[in-house]
Formats: sequence, C-alpha cells, structure tokens
Amino acid sequence: MSLLELKNINAFYGGIHALKNINIEVNKGEIVTLIGSNGAGKSTTLKSISGQLTPKSGQIIFDGKDITLQPPHITALNGVAHVPEGRRIFSKLSVKENLEMGAFSVSDKKIVKERMERSFHYFPKLKERLEQKGGTMSGGEQQMLAIARALMMQPQLLLLDEPSMGLAPVIVEQIFDIIKELNDEGMTILLVEQNAYQALQIANRGYVIQNGEIILEGPGMELIENDQIKDAYLA
Amino acid sequence: MIEHIISTLPQVLIDGLALGAVYAIIALGYTMVYGILELINFAHGEIFMTGAFIGTALFITLSGLGFLAVMPALLALLLVLIVTSILTGFLGVGIERVAYRPLRKAPKLITLISAIGVSFLLQDLVRFITELKKGNYILTGPSLFTEQISIKASSILSSFADAQIKSSTIILVVTAIVMMIGLDYFVNRTKWGMAMRAVAQDRDTASLMSINVNKVISLTFFLGSALGGATGVLFAVQYGTIDPYIGFILGLKAFTAAVLGGIGNIRGAMVGGLVLGLIEMFAAANLSVITSNVFTAEYKDVFAFIILIIVLIYKPEGIFGKAVAEKV
Ligand SMILES: Nc1ncnc2c1ncn2[C@@H]1O[C@H](COP(=O)(O)OP(=O)(O)OP(=O)(O)O)[C@@H](O)[C@H]1O
Ligand SMILES: [Mg+2]
Repeated sequence: MSLLELKNINAFYGGIHALKNINIEVNKGEIVTLIGSNGAGKSTTLKSISGQLTPKSGQIIFDGKDITLQPPHITALNGVAHVPEGRRIFSKLSVKENLEMGAFSVSDKKIVKERMERSFHYFPKLKERLEQKGGTMSGGEQQMLAIARALMMQPQLLLLDEPSMGLAPVIVEQIFDIIKELNDEGMTILLVEQNAYQALQIANRGYVIQNGEIILEGPGMELIENDQIKDAYLA
Repeated sequence: MIEHIISTLPQVLIDGLALGAVYAIIALGYTMVYGILELINFAHGEIFMTGAFIGTALFITLSGLGFLAVMPALLALLLVLIVTSILTGFLGVGIERVAYRPLRKAPKLITLISAIGVSFLLQDLVRFITELKKGNYILTGPSLFTEQISIKASSILSSFADAQIKSSTIILVVTAIVMMIGLDYFVNRTKWGMAMRAVAQDRDTASLMSINVNKVISLTFFLGSALGGATGVLFAVQYGTIDPYIGFILGLKAFTAAVLGGIGNIRGAMVGGLVLGLIEMFAAANLSVITSNVFTAEYKDVFAFIILIIVLIYKPEGIFGKAVAEKV
C-alpha cells in the first residue's frame, strides 16, 4: 500500500528547473532510496515532500492526503520527519533540548521521556551527552542526534538526506545498521544517498535521479547489478 | 578629582542602575527580534514611547475617575503595567504582520526602511492623538511614588556623599529585574522559549520539527513589545514628563546596549543595558571634573558611544557575543 506518492512533480529555484516530472512511490514498510550525483535534485525532492519548497506543478499524496501545498510544520504534524542534509542540529541547544524540539508537538512530558528512552536504545551515546551543546558534538554524533531528533516525532515516514555525508566508514556502517533496524521494526524510509552501493544494499527499491529527472528505477539488488549504475555511481 | 568621583559614586550607582534597567529591557526587545529575524526593529523605541503614553493616559483617566485616590498606588501601577503591556504587545505583533512579514524574503535593507517608516508613523500618530486630546503633545502624568529616601552612604565610607533615591526608582529597578528574570526563565526553561531559540538559530529546520515559525515570530514580537511598553510606563512614572520623541534617542542607546552585549544574546543585552546606564551616569556626574570643564555633562552621550566604538573595535561580537564553536 502506498504511503507516499509523488506525481509529475516540477519544482523551480527561480529560473532553474530543478525537478522535472518526478514520479516516486514509497509503500508502507519499505526502504526506498533515491541516488544521484551532486546537484541532481535529491535534496530538492525531499524539500518538496516536507513542504520547504512548493512545487510548481504535480501532486504529493501522503497517507491518502494531498500535502502538495502544505507548510512544513503541518506536514511534520502529519507524520513526516525530514532529517535534512548537513544534519542541521541546533548547535546552541543542548542534546536534550534538540531531542525535545523533535517532540515539540507532544505536550505530555511522560511521552516525551519515553520517546527519549527509546532513542537512547538506538543511540546510547546520546544519553551520556544530554547537557552538551549540539554544536560541540562530532559529525557522527550530530548525525545520530539528527536521526534521534526525527524519531522523537514518532513519524510514519522518515526522510533521510545523505546521512553518510562526511563520516568515517565505521560510523557510516553503524548508521546504516540503525536505518536497517528501524526499517525492520516497521519504519518506512526514503533514503537519499550518494553512497549508492550501501544504500541499494539495504533498500527494497531504488530510483536514480540525474539533472532533475528519474532515469532508472527498480529493486535495490537489480540496480546494483545494472551496468549503467556500476559505471556512474559504484566506480 | 578622585575625591569628587568617589563622593558621587553612590548616587551614580543608583541613577545608573535605574537608567541601565530601562536600557536593558528595551535592549531585550531589539536583541530578541534581531536574533530571530536579523532585523533591526527600528520601531521598537517607538513602542516604548507608545507604552509611556498609553500608561500615562491610563493614569490620567484613573485619576480623573477618582480611582487613584482610593486605590493603593502600587495596585494602580500593576493594573496600568498589565494593560499597557498587552496593548503594546499586540501593537508589536501587528507591526510585524503588516510591515515586516510581507518583506521577509526581501533584502534586509528594505525591511529596515519599512521599520523606520513605522517609527515615524507611530511618532506622528501619538503626537496627533495627544494634541487632539490635550492641545499639546507634551504630557505630564499624575506624580506617583515621589517619596525621597536618603541613603546614608557616608556611614559606610566617610568619603562617600549621601545619596537620594526616589521610591519610583526602587519600583523601576525591582520591576525591571522581575521582568528580566521572567524572560530569562521563559526563554531558557519553557518549551516555547526553546522554540524561540531554535527558530533563531535555524528557521527552516525548526519548521521540520512541527514548530509554526510564524507563531514563534509573533510571540517574540509580543514579548519584546510588551516588555518595551511596560518599561515606557515605568519611565513615565520615573521621569514625569514625556513627549513622542523620547523613543528615538533612548531606542538608539538601548540598541547600542544590545550591540554591546552581543546582538542576539539575551543575557548580553541585560548586562549591556546596565553597563551603558552606569557609564552614562558616571559621565554625567564626572565629565566636567575629569576634563576640567572642557566637556560638561551634556557630552555624556558622546562618552557612552566612544566606549561602544572602543568595545566594538576590539571585540566586534560584543561583550558576550562568543558563540559555541560550530562544527559542520
Ligand atoms: N536554494 C537554491 N537556489 C537556487 N538553486 C538551487 C538551490 N538549491 C539547489 N539549487 C539547484 O538545484 C539543483 C538541485 O539541487 P539539490 O540540492 O536538490 O541537489 P542534490 O541532488 O541534493 O545534490 P547534493 O548531492 O550535492 O546534495 C542544483 O542544480 C542546485 O544548484
Ligand atoms: Mg543534497
């Protein structure tokens, strides 16, 4: 059953046509990955979904509801958590405050506490760092905090924008393990990556975007074997 | 010379604290809005001025109805403070909605010009209404809290001269401290305060946390303007006579205080305001003695701004402007 559907999305930055007739579908319980090189339009796709950018034409359906023109805070309330590129931790807020911001819409403090405990299960390191300022954490820790912060929303759909960016291979490994674990527990994930090999390995399906257009799509394992992809992204 | 400086010190501290408290709270309004929108809300000084007029008008009305005679003065003040701050709070929210929000994507300079326009508009509007009602745009409220208390500073140190403090000064300083502690608590300890800090740092990401950014911006304007308006009331009670132009120079100095403390930094603005008030009163009391009458007390403002320039040359981020090291 489809949880998210992008239908013929066109998006612009001024005169730049960044997304051209994009069609993407994410079913409940899937990991879908969107891969492509620099400037292909991956982040723009996620921004259109979360409402940070309004598409010029096309339709975005989430959980049966048209969210194309919705402002981001409403889409977040509906259950879409977007972990933006570059993590975007609130650097002057403590780790604890960052997590609390993720649960902004929850007024029951007990529930906030429970969710925080839940995120320590995935990221035990954060528990020791609660009072540390977000901006003083290492890159890997910040990425973990960014994902944990999104999980505080208890979303139905998790949008991850290049979680492996700038991180050491060991850390990337850890993060991909957690993404897989989250998915095994039922979380639907749309994963944007340049790290195509690892992304395709854990994904049910993948889309390849180039110059704002989807040029290929298919099951993750099939795309890994695709010669065109091997040349362009797995070299 | 030293003797003069030491003997006037107790009075300088009292007057400096009172003036500094006014600067500090108005500085808060500048710094909060700057922190969240990177906009110098030029109209903030005029919101303070409008608060002073609304408060004085309320006092005059209360007095005309005979309430001031039967009501404890403190209760009347509290009432006036609350009503005025709610009104100026909404005035600030309205200004943001009408004059700044439509320009949010425009270059900052354009918004600044819009802010200056709002400033003039408020000045003229207040002047117009006051002249219409009173035939004169200079307004004097009923005198309240005028008891003089003498502080025997000379008994602490024989070279101190005794100082005078009006009961209105005590009220001004105490109310200011309560407002600052209240705001500090709100910003640092409550959920909406946290949302304000999050929006100030990264508006786009805050919106992904289901925070309604526009609501947070309105809240910021409400709080800053409510505090500014309340300070206007306290100012009017303390100094007696007001005119529609008091907001300009006072606003400029409060803005200076905000820069001194590191613009965008709330605690910095409080300290910056107090420091500026103390420097100014120190200069007023001692400038002519120090410069053997070359500069008289009227040059106190120059003195304050020279300090500002010196601080900014050596520490452009302000006294408290040091941000946490950010990793990318
Ligand atoms: N704010 C912006 N203003 C103007 N053009 C933009 C803006 N953001 C992105 N673009 C352009 O839109 C296109 C798509 O950018 P996008 O950020 O979606 O790429 P991406 O696939 O996420 O790349 P990367 O892997 O480098 O993050 C690029 O050509 C980029 O230059
Ligand atoms: Mg990107």
